[in-house]
Amino acid sequence: MTLDARIPSGPVAQKWDKHKFEMKLVNPANKRKYHVLVVGSGLAGASAAATMAELGYQVSCFCFQDSPRRAHSIAAQGGINAAKNYQNDGDSIYRLFYDTVKGGDFRAREANVYRLAQISVNIIDQCVAQGVPFAREYGGLLANRSFGGAQVSRTFYARGQTGQQLLLGAYQALEKEVAKGGVKMFARTEMLDLIQVGGRARGIVVRDLVSGKISSHVGDAVILATGGYGNVFYLSTNAKGSNTTAIWRAHKQGALFGNPCFTQIHPTCIPQSGDYQSKLTLMSESLRNDGRVWVPKREGDTRAPHLIPDAERDYYLERKYPSFGNLSPRDIASRAAKEACDSGRGVGPGGLGVYLDFRDAINRLGRDKIAERYGNLFEMYQRITDEDPYQVPMRIYPAVHYTMGGLWVDYNLMSTIPGLHVLGEANFSDHGANRLGASALMQGLADGYFIIPYTIGHYLAGTKLEPVSADHPDVRAAERAVEERTKRLLSIGGKRSAQSFHRELGRIMWDKCGMARDASGLREALQRIPALREEFWSNLTVPGSGAELNQSLEAAGRVADFLELAELMCTDALHREESCGGHFRTEHQTEDGEARRDDERFAYVAAWGHGGEGKAPVLHKEPLAFENVQLATRSYK
Amino acid sequence: MPMKLTLRVWRQAGPNADGAFREYQANDVSPDMSFLEMLDVVNEQLTAKGEVPIAFDHDCREGICGMCGLMINGSAHGPMPATTTCQLHMRSFADGETITIEPWRATAFPVLRDLCVDRSALDRIVQAGGFISVQTGNAPDGNALPVPKQDADAAMDAAACIGCGACVAACPNASASLFTAAKVAHLGFLPQGQPERYRRALKMVAQMDLEHFGGCTLFGECQEACPKEISIDTIGRMNKDYLTGMLFEPAENQKAAGAG
Amino acid sequence: MSVSTLPAAGVARPPAGRVRRFWDSSVGKKVVMAVTGIGGIAFVIAHMAGNLQMFTPTAPAQAMHTYAAGLRKLGPLLWIARGGLVAMVVLHVVAALQLTARNRAARPSAYGRKEHHTSTWGARSMRVGGVVLVGFIVFHILDMTLGVGHPQFVHLDPYNNLRLGFQRWWAVGLYVVAAGLLGLHLFHGAWASWRTLGLRRPSDRPLHRNIAIAIAVLVTLGFAAVPVAAALGVFAPDVVQEVAP
Repeated sequence: MTLDARIPSGPVAQKWDKHKFEMKLVNPANKRKYHVLVVGSGLAGASAAATMAELGYQVSCFCFQDSPRRAHSIAAQGGINAAKNYQNDGDSIYRLFYDTVKGGDFRAREANVYRLAQISVNIIDQCVAQGVPFAREYGGLLANRSFGGAQVSRTFYARGQTGQQLLLGAYQALEKEVAKGGVKMFARTEMLDLIQVGGRARGIVVRDLVSGKISSHVGDAVILATGGYGNVFYLSTNAKGSNTTAIWRAHKQGALFGNPCFTQIHPTCIPQSGDYQSKLTLMSESLRNDGRVWVPKREGDTRAPHLIPDAERDYYLERKYPSFGNLSPRDIASRAAKEACDSGRGVGPGGLGVYLDFRDAINRLGRDKIAERYGNLFEMYQRITDEDPYQVPMRIYPAVHYTMGGLWVDYNLMSTIPGLHVLGEANFSDHGANRLGASALMQGLADGYFIIPYTIGHYLAGTKLEPVSADHPDVRAAERAVEERTKRLLSIGGKRSAQSFHRELGRIMWDKCGMARDASGLREALQRIPALREEFWSNLTVPGSGAELNQSLEAAGRVADFLELAELMCTDALHREESCGGHFRTEHQTEDGEARRDDERFAYVAAWGHGGEGKAPVLHKEPLAFENVQLATRSYK
Repeated sequence: MPMKLTLRVWRQAGPNADGAFREYQANDVSPDMSFLEMLDVVNEQLTAKGEVPIAFDHDCREGICGMCGLMINGSAHGPMPATTTCQLHMRSFADGETITIEPWRATAFPVLRDLCVDRSALDRIVQAGGFISVQTGNAPDGNALPVPKQDADAAMDAAACIGCGACVAACPNASASLFTAAKVAHLGFLPQGQPERYRRALKMVAQMDLEHFGGCTLFGECQEACPKEISIDTIGRMNKDYLTGMLFEPAENQKAAGAG
Repeated sequence: MSVSTLPAAGVARPPAGRVRRFWDSSVGKKVVMAVTGIGGIAFVIAHMAGNLQMFTPTAPAQAMHTYAAGLRKLGPLLWIARGGLVAMVVLHVVAALQLTARNRAARPSAYGRKEHHTSTWGARSMRVGGVVLVGFIVFHILDMTLGVGHPQFVHLDPYNNLRLGFQRWWAVGLYVVAAGLLGLHLFHGAWASWRTLGLRRPSDRPLHRNIAIAIAVLVTLGFAAVPVAAALGVFAPDVVQEVAP
């Protein structure tokens, strides 16, 4: 297969405008004849569904939660970037583009990133018009803050709940269209497979999570906006329900999977407190502005932190990275914490934590100043851990929180299955090997509000689509396959719960395909994952039946797909013999422990095809050309 | 120190089945567990015994998605103020305690199974008018219309609602007034929300009534239960907007407001 | 699966006029209750001020007579006021009954356990207290306005009607209890009516209620004062000296 990214010709700044003009249009009167299925109702899905309905398409939208407003976009805290340059501090579309390509460690497609930066300004306008209560200055104008190490203030925010407010804006737009009849909303409905007819995506098989009924929905195009797959690690900052099933089923039907191993790990999460831990909670990175990170110098030092004198503490970030110190980038800080814990010097339960100590900052600035800066974070920490960070140093540990990889899409956000479009975190597109802070919200909304409404028309207008009825043989076959798989999950009759398999898988992935990876660990994982999968299919127990609300069955189906995806992630990580962004191969580092990229051999997108059951995945490469931003090495020394 | 607890849990096999309380022993509960993690552990034990685990809704487990919500010992989201069920930790309970766990109860929130209820009525209230009618693409510049900081802050206070339904659950009348009023207030504080302000209140109140929620008697229980501490002041605002709409909104908008 | 699309659970009523829709809505009914309640508070305070003329130091019987006769002189206006009061009570009671029915239907199955965190005794007793007060008002009009069952009722001699009426110990008890119930009713009602109408400014402590407490205490003490004083023999025998024209 040759991968055609369909990037328009011409200078990068004109590609999108040119493309918008060149794309085919659907006559306004004809739009209502097209039916588009949108899976997922987060920022990307809700904005896409609402906007397409406004244009006149018939839209059906699906989410597994009880309401579209619950999608995990809601949990994003920090903010959303836009190249408005309201602060007059030298920001521009070009600078946002440049920062994003560089931040992504040169593994993203320039044309997509430029378009993202262009659209960023429209997103803010749209959200303001919808009533998103962004923070304001006393003069009534929009406030900005700097974020994620950017040298300009371009992040818009709504307290610590930016994701929530943007999602509610999109959700309200969606509900407005539901009321008008343009969108049919199916909540508590999970997509379990894709339906292709004549080589095109024409529908989905879903399970009604209340009644258990399996049914099909057919349409003229399918859009997946189902988020990331960080839950393959079991413990992550993702919502418990976040899963890979939709994109994984599509992948197994022919959609290529781009850069599956690119995972972002956030350094400041609250550590695990016990084996029962079900998820990890992120705390704003801003804490590192005043907190000092340390572990005891001596292995197995179990003294209370205040009893350990300074001479016996290792402020390892300050020691290793004297110029950036505690403010070293996310990936570096995360890896350093892991190294400290791996050497037996971790603190807290299980030794999986490092101290983030505010003692010196409190002595220097006073408790009130610290409370003013971080009061709400300290409160959240105390609520979860029952420890007072004003008295006892915080314990932090890195956690998975975003996956840059996802289904491969072309410039039109279409996957390698014609008619199947993929938006938001579910696609691989804009962040390369590392996502900058406040960029995920931007991408989700750019895809949904401003890109897919154009490109879907181009696809529909340029394609001859035969009518497909619900009893088409291909539709019935897809439905039957889902029914059989469900039956199989229910009838294994083993001893272990889906959750126990999920935990074990997560442990393997975290150890072998987490913050630092090496060939031998990845090879070991590639042995252990298939074995675990085999045990899953022979020793799983799922209580209850398929014809009712059955959360064990839901979990089992999702874990089954994670068990397959995990193998692909390890395969990808093993093949990429370089370190870049969130992918750190210990074999490929400079003498002082920095990531060593290999642009000669790996300046491409690894787009994996499904090889068939029990067969190895097939690698396709989309070479990346950097015509505007010069390839360079990141340095934080 | 691990705790031993007795759980009295509402079990109901389906929407039309009869439900009843059943007792479970939870031994070895760590005070650092979240409430939902404690239920996870109980469910793993039930699964191991071949019993059907307790169904409960949850998703983000960091207090923002609004999906979780249990009546715990007679309090919506449990005994801690300003806390969702997922953020509640077992250290809020005493060793040996009996904990009663029930679903939200309201005509408008039918039980689907065990502790899961159908809250789609809240979505329909938003559909009735909880939005600003702006199509993608025709927005003016974000700074074209200044918004006084105090208005933006007040709008944000109301917009913090996570739609969990705790206000309905806690209200002795099962009223959705706080939920509805929070949205009316959020959009009504902003200049962008003014053109539809009174019509919005008329339509959302009409839908709220249609969904079989009770009326507001200002008990104040909703405000105490709200994990985002939304103030009942918003209800006065909603009523005022409703009254203004009734008195002054032109007849055609009144009609569009549908049945009441 | 819940397909959430308008219209919803309930059956939409046919299009109706503005007044009808207002009355049918839960907010409309609460507004009616708030407005009639505020009217009621105004009446109650005026009534109480009239009663307290019992304590006029010299010639109290004459003062009360002049006051009562003055009201009679209003002629048709008095009947309009009386009609208005009756209408307010009817609207208040009917709205209350209908809202109560609605609220009961909104939660047909009770919780196994339910805690009250902030709702006051006053708020939770509005319905029972309201019903008792309506009964009391009927008794009170029969007793003190029409003289039915009163031992020594004399038209337009309120001073002695009260003085002698409260020599019945059970009447003293009844009036004092009613004054207490009225205070409790207003403790919630005087606060809630203004909030229902959105006439209070937003506050950090929206459940705070100084004015309502003052009204409740004032009304309770004001109404209890006359029967208690009468029972204690504070009111000396006195006669109307000059019948008002």
